[in-house]
Amino acid sequence: MIEVHLPGLDLKNPVMPASGCFAFGAEYGALYDLNELGAVTIKAATLQPRFGNSTPRVAETPSGMLNAIGLQNPGADQIIKNELPRLEKQKVPVLANIAGSEVDDYVATAKKISRHPAVNALELNISCPNVKHGGIQFGTVPEVAAELTYKVKAVSEKPVYVKLSPNVTDIVAMAKAVEAAGADGLSMINTLLGMRIDLHTQKPVLANLTGGLSGPAIKPVAIRMIYEVSQKVTIPIIGMGGIQNADDVIEFFLAGASAVAVGTANFVDPFVCPKIIKELPEKLNTMGVTDINEIIGRSWKK
Amino acid sequence: MIQEDMRVMTHEEIADHIFELKLQGQMVQQITEPGQFVHVRISGKTDAVAPLLRRPISICSADLKSGTLTLIYRSGGLGTGTELLTHAQIGDTVDVLGPLGHGFPVSEAPTPARALIVGGGVGVPPLYGLSQALAKRGIQVTHVLGFRSAKDVFYQTDFEELGKTFVMTEDGTYGRCGRVTDLLETVPFDIAYACGPTPMLRALEQTIIDKPLFVSLEQRMACGIGACMACVTQTTDPNDAKGYRRVCCDGPVFKAREVEL
Repeated sequence: MIEVHLPGLDLKNPVMPASGCFAFGAEYGALYDLNELGAVTIKAATLQPRFGNSTPRVAETPSGMLNAIGLQNPGADQIIKNELPRLEKQKVPVLANIAGSEVDDYVATAKKISRHPAVNALELNISCPNVKHGGIQFGTVPEVAAELTYKVKAVSEKPVYVKLSPNVTDIVAMAKAVEAAGADGLSMINTLLGMRIDLHTQKPVLANLTGGLSGPAIKPVAIRMIYEVSQKVTIPIIGMGGIQNADDVIEFFLAGASAVAVGTANFVDPFVCPKIIKELPEKLNTMGVTDINEIIGRSWKK
Repeated sequence: MIQEDMRVMTHEEIADHIFELKLQGQMVQQITEPGQFVHVRISGKTDAVAPLLRRPISICSADLKSGTLTLIYRSGGLGTGTELLTHAQIGDTVDVLGPLGHGFPVSEAPTPARALIVGGGVGVPPLYGLSQALAKRGIQVTHVLGFRSAKDVFYQTDFEELGKTFVMTEDGTYGRCGRVTDLLETVPFDIAYACGPTPMLRALEQTIIDKPLFVSLEQRMACGIGACMACVTQTTDPNDAKGYRRVCCDGPVFKAREVEL
């Protein structure tokens, strides 16, 4: 009833943690069985290790939070050596997020990571707002995003999902560009660029000055964008942005998502993913829905 | 680590904007060291929107027998999460995740030994549980506690029951006037533990170099369990394999000079 099948991802349920909110699964794996999840999305891998930004890296906002971690990760080689083998022992599918500063590092990282047997699909991060080079630049110009997608697709041994940035005027143009370049799916949305200023110091709270806004505050933006994009593309969408419970999951499906990722809510309640997975069939039952696939895009389907 | 709705046993203001909250629940049995913390989800009773993220608050002390733990926190003033927490009444429940992090290594102190405990402001609470644990092992404890002003002082008599206690205020309105570091030379000790503002910890790291010193750090956190990488701090050793530590789960207590302050 809640099984979904996406390119490279056969999911017994459509709920996965969002990249960057779950590290490489070790911390949450100590709290519950990761096999309960539909999939695990690992934190963005870059070719070289990255320490990330200075602290403070997070700031709370009304119904949300800003983060500017800066893609801290041990680098593709260390991830392959230390993190993926641990996930390989689990049965849960792995969606591996990759990021870079230049086309060449994206391509090199995609080549290495996609080859690993633990990895079922790649999530191409063209939307990180917190790094000085690359990241968001690839996510705001359709032609640049398309070229990167094309080059990564050419080397990837696994399906490629492109994670879109909401910090654009025309999200549909971005989605169509990467679809035409060969993307197997979309992840949307990444965080919205924001800022907070401290009244005492009269300076920005985050050391990076700006950060990415996530949490329930951005859910309506995500719903609107998925609603618009899902009507114009044929590839599936993994929806994310402020999901906290089964009702939110259903709302994303109605908007046009075929699976969902839960991010910030993991920080509030570390058991939120298994809780949602348990609630979801019960909730669908009360709605008289026998298969969650039936409600994908129902808000706009005639 | 568990998530639990803990019951409020007592809750009172013990100094200016400083609240002592005693909570009862199963998680108390899992506390292994003084200096660990809990991550508190605050649900408001007023019209204000409750904050999204949990608030990390250090455990002041714990009583395994009655299954209670004591938290001491400062209310940040109207509109803040900690202000909302002040409205929790006896009998209410509070959503708590914990115990989290690594605390003060009590067993690192040789016996017999003299321990120096240095605290500043809201950094003082976890040192009370530490002092209790050290005193229980027969270690002689001396406390140097710094506060901004007379109205901010708390737990003086509780510390005095465990060992010699010097209270200092920055403005001289109570105890000795000055900063905690002014007193260091007059107190003999073999091992030191500290928690308080970063400038205070930095000064201690510069002063106490020939004896073991452990410091407890504070940092903005999101998840509290090591996944989000919000609270990282760089190691002082450039050759360290990882190059960083997460305050929430590798700490919050570190050996002096292990990480950059």
